[in-house]
Amino acid sequence: MNTTSSNMTLVEKKARHTQSKSALRRKESLAGLLFVAPMLIGVTVLTLLPILATFVLSFADWNFVAGMQGLKWTGVENFEKLFADESFRISLKNNFIFIFTVPIYMIVSLALAIMINKHVYLKSFFKVAYFMPYISSVVAIAIVWQVLFHPSAGPVNQFLMSIGIDNPPKWIADPAYALPSVMMISVWISIGYNMIVYMAALQSIPKDLYEAADIDGANGWTQFRKITVPMLSPTSFFLLVTGIISSFKVFDLIAVLTKGGPMQSTSMLVWYLYDQAFINLRVGYASSIAVVLFFCVLLITVLQWFGQKKWVNY
Amino acid sequence: MKEKLNVWKLTNTVVMLAVSILFLLPFIWMLSASFKLETDVFKYPIQWIPERWNAVENYKEIWAGQYAFYLYYWNSIKVAVLTTLISCTVSALAAYGFSKIDFPAGKWLFLIVLATYMVPSQAILIPQFILYRNIGLFDSHFGLILLGCFSVLGTFMLRQFFMGLHNDYIESAKIDGAGHWRIFWQIAFPLVRPAIATYAILRFIWTWNDYQNPLIFIRTDKLYTIPQAVDKFASMNGEFYSLIMAAAVSAIFPLLITFIIGQKSVIEGIAVGGVKG
Repeated sequence: MNTTSSNMTLVEKKARHTQSKSALRRKESLAGLLFVAPMLIGVTVLTLLPILATFVLSFADWNFVAGMQGLKWTGVENFEKLFADESFRISLKNNFIFIFTVPIYMIVSLALAIMINKHVYLKSFFKVAYFMPYISSVVAIAIVWQVLFHPSAGPVNQFLMSIGIDNPPKWIADPAYALPSVMMISVWISIGYNMIVYMAALQSIPKDLYEAADIDGANGWTQFRKITVPMLSPTSFFLLVTGIISSFKVFDLIAVLTKGGPMQSTSMLVWYLYDQAFINLRVGYASSIAVVLFFCVLLITVLQWFGQKKWVNY
Repeated sequence: MKEKLNVWKLTNTVVMLAVSILFLLPFIWMLSASFKLETDVFKYPIQWIPERWNAVENYKEIWAGQYAFYLYYWNSIKVAVLTTLISCTVSALAAYGFSKIDFPAGKWLFLIVLATYMVPSQAILIPQFILYRNIGLFDSHFGLILLGCFSVLGTFMLRQFFMGLHNDYIESAKIDGAGHWRIFWQIAFPLVRPAIATYAILRFIWTWNDYQNPLIFIRTDKLYTIPQAVDKFASMNGEFYSLIMAAAVSAIFPLLITFIIGQKSVIEGIAVGGVKG
């Protein structure tokens, strides 16, 4: 051992050292790739390629039944048709109205989180109670509300009539009330989740801030405005952005509760996409809706990156 | 001072109890309706505790009658458990690779994976559908399971936890001659087990509740999962509300159990991981 190494020149030694080092490197790289490979393959096949395919298909006219020969390239025609399509515009408009659920449930969640965090007994009971709708299956919930909102026999309207309201709204059966009804249910579902996130954020605010404010004689309202709200701004921002994104993706509730009706009053982007793709079998047209959906979400995500600095105190 | 504080807290508790009724009442109504005779379901004032019980008959009809809920339960359990197991493994492997192995491509690959997180699942539904039809994964549980196995959120969550592990453990294991595979199974994996449990519970709940993927990728009646079965059942039996409510209760019950058992993990997971995915 000693003899061989003493016989080597310095250059040889160095070369061997780098060689074994780069061999180690290569081994490390290979190990890394092997560990991430399953995830990478899955993401590539089930997400990356499909997103490319969505873009490609959005420039074509095709349906599932016709074979590959049935595919016709139409350029931007789908998009032109889309923006002239009354049903699509209604769906998009409904989506924008639906965004208003986000600030509403955020405010309610914050109020509940503050109460539960500090000012009540039975904390864990409340956590579970408010969390129930979020944890439950949307399908089951939608079906229960469908019955509760039944225009004549439903418990909600029976109650309203018993307290003297003679013509209660028909809720999801009435085009004027259907969207607000769905929004109410969505608020009801989302509160638990937002509340839990807010509670975690409240617990991470340093206590001495409030103590210092107490010494300075600031009252509860001032403390809320000057300490709680600013300290929660990253959380609020996160909830706002993810909330808006998920409001663009709402599907289960619509599919089970209203199927976009009555008279398209609850039709939304994803419902319209589903309707076009899997009921009317218009693949190209539906793909162009998917592209619009993709860009809506992308736009919100990009705005988040730029908005963050102005809005948020870290 | 202390006395006064308690009165304030007590008043709040009472107010909050009143508000929480809004959240629980639909569930209580559902449960109570599932125990009733059909003719009593819409009686007003509401009989919260049924005067005439029909619980056994209702649930028997759902579970053992022509609706075969035991079958849909089995399908849901199979899909949810397998998705959870595979997804946890895939995500844990990737999370380890991205956080504990230092290789040049890793950073870029992680960014690419992370970027796909913002792709809405509905935007890729159509190509997935076409792909599945062509490679024979359409209308099969295996295909459905595969769709839920590559979770970016899971990878991201677990990566955070792996990064919290001290590199010394790994270095000393390497000096002792262990490869990454051994380090992963014998050292890293056991140490992040609580994080994996949290993710597993969330993934189970999400998969159990998933309606969209089964709706699109499953056609055969016998392969339906619970949400799909409840929906179909409700639209076919529009007038039998007591039975529909029994079906809805059956769909929610396992989640409630999972949630009560893993309450702390679920809440922590939501608070840390943030987003539903």
